[in-house]
Amino acid sequence: MSNTDIVLYRLQACPFCERVVRRLQEYDLDYESRFVEPLHSERDAVKRLTGKRTVPAIVDATEGVTMSESANIVEYLDRVYGDGEGGAA
Amino acid sequence: MDLDFDVVDLGPADHPAVGEQAPEFTRPLVNDEYWADVALSELVARDDDPTVLVFHPMDGAFPATYVWKEIRDRAWHEDATVVGLSISTPYAHKQLIDERDLGDDYLLYSDPGNGVAEAYGIAHDADGMAGVSEPRPAVFVLDGDRTIEYAWVATQWPDFPDYDDVAAAIR
Repeated sequence: MSNTDIVLYRLQACPFCERVVRRLQEYDLDYESRFVEPLHSERDAVKRLTGKRTVPAIVDATEGVTMSESANIVEYLDRVYGDGEGGAA
Repeated sequence: MDLDFDVVDLGPADHPAVGEQAPEFTRPLVNDEYWADVALSELVARDDDPTVLVFHPMDGAFPATYVWKEIRDRAWHEDATVVGLSISTPYAHKQLIDERDLGDDYLLYSDPGNGVAEAYGIAHDADGMAGVSEPRPAVFVLDGDRTIEYAWVATQWPDFPDYDDVAAAIR
């Protein structure tokens, strides 16, 4: 595992979350999973971070980045940790 | 008054004793907003307070309700990190936290496979529920490196902790 400090806010069986998980595993990145409230209206832990209640959301403390939306997150992971694109990978 | 009912004798348990180090484990730890895998060693080291590890019967029936109502009323969280553990899922734990108003003062480990109780020598089979094993009711008070300062394990079923004894151990 790479020495990273990534927290992933997720739900079980959420395909958009799995998409991010797959990328994290592909790049062999260490991450902590936090499973949040299934009910959207009570997902305040996520809202305090990103301003939205959607998951997936990640906090990458190493890079000082907080973001939501799986497409954005995957693009970010590719850019920072992907092969040949600089970053830690 | 002659009450005509039986409690079940569970016999002695082979659990770690006072002065020994409590077995390490990692399980999903549920708070009022999310759950994540947390090691016991990490939890006990979060602050200088002792940690009270409460093994309780599965969520949803009166034993778990009674235990958490009593602990909440006694406000153990003011003197200790108080964490429960049962075989209930994280989803059931979230409901228990809501129903018993545990807020962010109390945390609950989820261990559906009952491996932690096995490691602590306190697993027992639930009578009449094939394939279901859960911890005996038990309380361990731990210091910052998981040394056991107080231990109680039920030897009959049902049974409840001596709350005054636990309070004395954390104050």
